[in-house]
Amino acid sequence: MRWLREHLVLILGMLVLVYTFIPILVVVLMSFNDPASRNVYQFNEFTLYNWTHLCEPEGMCVALWRSVQIGFAATLVSTILGTLAAFALVRWDFALRSTTNLLIFLPMAAPEIVLGSSLLALFVAAGFAGNLGMITILIAHIMFCLSFVVVTVRSRLAGMSDTLEQAAADLYATPRQTFWRVTFPLVFPGILGAALLSFSLSFDDFIITNLNAGTTTTFPMYVWGAAQRGVPMQVNVVGTMMFAISVLIVVGAELNHRRRVRALV
Amino acid sequence: MASTAGAAPVAVADVEPDTGRRRGLTGYLLILPGVLWLVLFFVVPFYSLVATSLYDPAGSDFRGYEMTYHFQNYWTALQEYWTPLVRSLVYGGIATLFCLVLGYVLAYAIAFKTGRWKNLMLVLVIAPFFTSFLVRTLSWKLILADDGFVVDFLQTVHLLGEDGRLLATPVAVVAGLTYNFLPFMVLPLYASIDKIDHRLIEASSDLYANPFVGFWKVTWPLSLPGVVSGTLLTFIPAVGDYINAQLLGSPNQRMIGSVIQSQFTDANNYPIAAALSMILMLLILAMVLVYIRKAGTEELL
Amino acid sequence: MSQVAEASTPAAGDGTTYDGLRLRGVTKSFGAFTAVRDLDLDIPRGSFFALLGPSGCGKTTTLRMVAGLEAPTSGTITLAGQDITYAKPYRRPVNTVFQNYALFPHLDIHENVAFGLKRRKVSGVDEKVREMLALVELESQARKRPMQLSGGQQQRVALARALINEPEVLLLDEPLGALDLKLRRGMQIELKRIQTEVGLTFVHVTHDQEEAMTMADTVAVMNAGVIEQMGAPEELYENPHTTFVANFLGQSNLIEGVVKSRSGDVVTVDMHGIDVSIPAARTHADGDKGWIGIRPEKVLIGDPGEELDAPGNSIPGGVVSDVSFVGVSTQYLVRMPWGQELQVFQQNTGHRRLYRTGEPVELSWRPEYAFLLDFSQDASAGAEQGDD
Repeated sequence: MRWLREHLVLILGMLVLVYTFIPILVVVLMSFNDPASRNVYQFNEFTLYNWTHLCEPEGMCVALWRSVQIGFAATLVSTILGTLAAFALVRWDFALRSTTNLLIFLPMAAPEIVLGSSLLALFVAAGFAGNLGMITILIAHIMFCLSFVVVTVRSRLAGMSDTLEQAAADLYATPRQTFWRVTFPLVFPGILGAALLSFSLSFDDFIITNLNAGTTTTFPMYVWGAAQRGVPMQVNVVGTMMFAISVLIVVGAELNHRRRVRALV
Repeated sequence: MASTAGAAPVAVADVEPDTGRRRGLTGYLLILPGVLWLVLFFVVPFYSLVATSLYDPAGSDFRGYEMTYHFQNYWTALQEYWTPLVRSLVYGGIATLFCLVLGYVLAYAIAFKTGRWKNLMLVLVIAPFFTSFLVRTLSWKLILADDGFVVDFLQTVHLLGEDGRLLATPVAVVAGLTYNFLPFMVLPLYASIDKIDHRLIEASSDLYANPFVGFWKVTWPLSLPGVVSGTLLTFIPAVGDYINAQLLGSPNQRMIGSVIQSQFTDANNYPIAAALSMILMLLILAMVLVYIRKAGTEELL
Repeated sequence: MSQVAEASTPAAGDGTTYDGLRLRGVTKSFGAFTAVRDLDLDIPRGSFFALLGPSGCGKTTTLRMVAGLEAPTSGTITLAGQDITYAKPYRRPVNTVFQNYALFPHLDIHENVAFGLKRRKVSGVDEKVREMLALVELESQARKRPMQLSGGQQQRVALARALINEPEVLLLDEPLGALDLKLRRGMQIELKRIQTEVGLTFVHVTHDQEEAMTMADTVAVMNAGVIEQMGAPEELYENPHTTFVANFLGQSNLIEGVVKSRSGDVVTVDMHGIDVSIPAARTHADGDKGWIGIRPEKVLIGDPGEELDAPGNSIPGGVVSDVSFVGVSTQYLVRMPWGQELQVFQQNTGHRRLYRTGEPVELSWRPEYAFLLDFSQDASAGAEQGDD
């Protein structure tokens, strides 16, 4: 009883954690399901069929591949633009600094539906309503990833004192050498984190994309459409893979960090 | 990347010691592309949205739209869609409250009770949310299904009637919202709670003896910054979301996002859709401002 | 090594090459605030020079201007005859040991130390790094990251990283500030040893007077952007020229006095009715009023009327107001007839008896220990800052 009281908060916390994993368990389980019929979304029998026939559902893999491409392109552009902006904000002085900060903050604070409908309103007003597709999706994704990149890289940069750069200059490194040998390697983890965040934001976005995609279908849009007709089990395979890949990346990074920390002791 | 960054060498010698920031053209060159993108695709669209919301509602794709400063659009939109609007705010509010309770317990446990496993625990908190939002929500549809184990259990303990159900009820929608936006609550809460010096809590238990009083007088006030940002980060997207309402609810649980989406893409009623979008934005803005002011004074008290 | 630069300095601007570090009329302002004011400084090659002063006195700004991390508002800096006033930091033969070491966390110890040589494309880097790590006794740590080392080890890496470049001048910015007291004493001796061994010019910035006096041949005491006094440590301590130096370096009793006569090499001062004499070489006051200064350990304490071993200045009428026994010495506060409390440190030699609070005593000191300072200066200048 005493033990229970002392560990009550921990137990409750872990219960919440377990709760967050329940849907994931179901997704993993369903990825091995052989459904009784197309419309019954219930576990029936174990099978590897969904994994071996991933691209069987019509249009799913095309949508998936499209989402991956959009994710990469949006990540690349937003990471570059966002990193440059973060450097400017931390290291350079310029007029309208607080306005710029607000401009970067607002897209993260606005509801997605408002962001999406504003963009659509612009595209319509510009006579672009009939040409919605990859380009408009990319424009939207870069826009909402950008702020997150700036914030992530900026916090990494701000936590880094510029004494290290002064030390490099003191040790005969030219500005260019200082950047590539000291500044960039130290900021890189932040940039990498920002890129991963961008990719997952872009890959997973539905509300903004759905408004600005026209007839182009991304993976979340495919799932949305399938939800009305009956979801193929392969969708769960993709869900399981997404989970596994990101956990591998994050746990890998964490273990790497841990190993380095342990070496200290 | 290489060429852009290389073009902006870090001129260490020009460091201004007061701010540590350098002056010069390079700063503008670095910030310009990002700012330009946001201006073109965030600020200008917002202007378009305002303009669209004032167009003549009689317009269409074929005939084109006319700017008639038709403020009537707002009234029409409110009259016709006030129920989903209010519903969204209520669902979002309740979900935020649930998130706060669950998230606080989790964040507190991680910050104070997990010791060296802290970072791993944080990873575990985020991990489930790397799976597609839609796939996760569909998974809840399965869990809450009429013949699923949750409904079976609730029927056995007579919390639900024989033909009672969870799907297509507000319960399912709020549950879905709570689940999906939980990490937006946990992370800022954790950041705030983790900063609290544990000795303060020990000191309070020394002074107040009762841990509940100690919590209300010490831990809770110190974690308020996290509570404020966490609730905002949860509430804003939850109100605008319509995926949960659509997948887990029925037309009776329709939320405002869904209305805006269909007015735009299915009904092609741009002025009304834009007006609704603006109303949502303004409502959220007003609530946030009032909330921040209130939370701010509480902090002072 | 006590020759202060002025002695060996050719007249400024005569074009003669001076092989040390020379600052002429250097001023640095940040907006309305002037951190360094019209500073002239000559630091001879091969010396261990300390710039001592409280925080905010402009010593770090001076150092950063020499390193090239700040540009002077006006004035010139020359090094071995070369004008380096506006040279980029990576183009001047000056290296710095930063206050918090500024070791590159993403590079190991070997790579940190090799950094400067590699930038200059010097050959045989690995061999030189090994030798340097041997000098600072860190050979076994070469493949560790800075974070894995203790504070003292990191300090030595920072030193090695700067020294390996064999700079004309090595700048040390509060290099021992982050270490605990015991380690600091050890490192002071170590630094002095290394400086003697490599024979480079060291310029050391610190607020710790003991550290400056232990290590440096020449100490410049800086206050509010100007150098108050410069010289060998013992000279600064024994014959301070300003109240700031008298209080910042150790402690001093400063007593108001009126100059009665200046005859030959002795100045006679009326100190509240008692005549005291001070050697003319130790008077730094022009007016007819002045502060008579005497270090507490130079003051002798005895019974009223007792013949003390200090012929010259004898001051009767004191009453002991406070006694602190600190082991090696006993520290008294003695209230004088004019109301001032004087400090007296008495060595615990065992030959003298201890006085108790309230006992009447007589003080005395040898005239050659006293000094006279300008009355226009604040008698408490530098007193609080000197205490830490």
